[in-house]
Amino acid sequence: MSSSVTTASQPAPAQNSGGSKGVPRLRTRKGHVPGRPKRSVLLTVLTGLILLYTVVPLVWLVISATKTQEGLADSSGLWFSNDFALWDNISQTFSYHDGIFVRWLLNTLLYVVLGAGGATLLAILGGYALAKFTFPGKRAVFAVVIGAVAVPGTALAVPTFLMFSKMGLTDTPWAVIIPSLVSPFGLYLMWVFATEAIPNELMEAARIDGAGEIRTFFQVALPLLAPGTVTVLLFTTVATWNNYFLPLIMLKDPDWYPLTLGLDAWNNQAQTIGGDVIFNLVITGSLLTIIPLIAAFLLLQRFWQSGLAAGSVKE
Amino acid sequence: MTTLQPPAAAKRRPDRPPAKRDRRSWTGWGFIGPFVAVFALVFLAPIVYSIYLSLFRDQLIGGTTFVGLDNYTQALKDEQFWDSLARVALFLAVQVPIMLGIALLIALALDSGRLYGKDFFRIVIFLPYAVPAVVATLMWGFMYGTKYGLVGDINSAFDVTLPDPLSSDLVLASIGNIVTWEFIGYNMLIFYSALRVIPSSLYEAAEIDGAGQFRVISAIKLPAIRGALVIATIFSIIGSFQLFNEPAILRPLARNAITTDFTPNFYTYSLSFNGQQHNYSAAVAIIMGLITMVIAYVVQLRGMRKGA
Repeated sequence: MSSSVTTASQPAPAQNSGGSKGVPRLRTRKGHVPGRPKRSVLLTVLTGLILLYTVVPLVWLVISATKTQEGLADSSGLWFSNDFALWDNISQTFSYHDGIFVRWLLNTLLYVVLGAGGATLLAILGGYALAKFTFPGKRAVFAVVIGAVAVPGTALAVPTFLMFSKMGLTDTPWAVIIPSLVSPFGLYLMWVFATEAIPNELMEAARIDGAGEIRTFFQVALPLLAPGTVTVLLFTTVATWNNYFLPLIMLKDPDWYPLTLGLDAWNNQAQTIGGDVIFNLVITGSLLTIIPLIAAFLLLQRFWQSGLAAGSVKE
Repeated sequence: MTTLQPPAAAKRRPDRPPAKRDRRSWTGWGFIGPFVAVFALVFLAPIVYSIYLSLFRDQLIGGTTFVGLDNYTQALKDEQFWDSLARVALFLAVQVPIMLGIALLIALALDSGRLYGKDFFRIVIFLPYAVPAVVATLMWGFMYGTKYGLVGDINSAFDVTLPDPLSSDLVLASIGNIVTWEFIGYNMLIFYSALRVIPSSLYEAAEIDGAGQFRVISAIKLPAIRGALVIATIFSIIGSFQLFNEPAILRPLARNAITTDFTPNFYTYSLSFNGQQHNYSAAVAIIMGLITMVIAYVVQLRGMRKGA
């Protein structure tokens, strides 16, 4: 949310990693468009309606998380009920069914660290290769990866499930982690980013100094790729954290569920005859599930926004 | 927000192509090899396996036999499949233009510099992207409730009877609303990022020509972000054809309105995991994949041809 909005028209000093270096060029467009754009109350109010649309469900979620199961039924959705049960709900969510929610949280973290972390690593290495090397079959690799993006992921789900089941991988964490390791979008973003961010002269200099390929990658390229890395990591994390379909088909054992599948199971529990109705825990669990990601997006805005901007340049 | 700048040292001399390694060496494979290996395992192998599966049929008598393209001809005559396809096509035709249209309007509003609190708008409208489809669907599902949900609240507060969002007539629109809510901010950000990197020299030229705001939008901004518009449209088309999560999660609340063949994906899922018809399911999935790819390809060709 820094105010250092820059134009891309002139090579300004490097700002991709901080915005504090160099003097940011303010893009006020003063003098570019007749008069400086006047702020408009009407436009702000109209955009505010969309903002309201985005925010109301989240407000509903926060308010509902403060209610007991009875309070949910009795009170209006957008205001608090008489008893404030948020802390109760949170502790119940964590302790219900011997703390299965904690287990699901740890599972999700495992899938994110290995799945999203691995996907980011593979995307960095691959993007670096596409950006900075010529190698046999490069065009073929590129064509196949781009072509495969258009293949509906769910069309692959059944054959992947059958393959994994033959390999004995279903109902294990690997069934969720291995497919998460490939992020064509991440590869594309890192390719664009590496092309721009790593000067060829710097790589040549490292080589003249006698650095091997691995050393050049780790000491020259990797530090320059940091902002792109954060972007890809954030987006693969969202994809893994929010994944529902893949674990749904791969996992039967609730002990390996991620949070998304667990919440769905809690919700469905109310539909089964004799099932324990725990909508208050479904709601509180949902709130707890989205807080880490929202916090990550808010804290790391500068990085992922510059990364996305880089991606859109190439289009 | 800072747009990405190549470091000063990276300024390329236009007369010289980027200095890649001179010899065609295999070094690059050392870096891209791991990606390609996993990619082959989780993308290429399932596609090949799926094609193989689709050519067989598992029968009670006689076991698995090779049936050639029988599964495909069966699928092409399968009314359940065509109904589900028609449903997502309707969804696509209505939901995608609404979502992308609003996202584009917000991006243009943010870019115009005429909003108060621009950064706040940008961040908050983007936030639903971080909410899992499961949580988004559960939330909206609760709010749709005519008894205890927000719809119920409105009914009792104003003494009206709103139509049930989860009835068979409205459930597709209700799902469309959930998807719109999830992705409006993401698309807005794609458009906004593309708008930010339009060279200001273009605006200077427009100023000399005396162009107004709307003229600037239609003559400069929209053509300049055509690439982003096409990409967002293609992703939305693919997303619509793959629709599964939202109807699947909503189904316990609307068992009569959302059938197990509600969308093509739901249909292949049910065929495979409830009906054990893996071979037929593979054929339906392949047909669906081909349709998606053809449409995405046509959109890309059309979108790019008109391009600046």
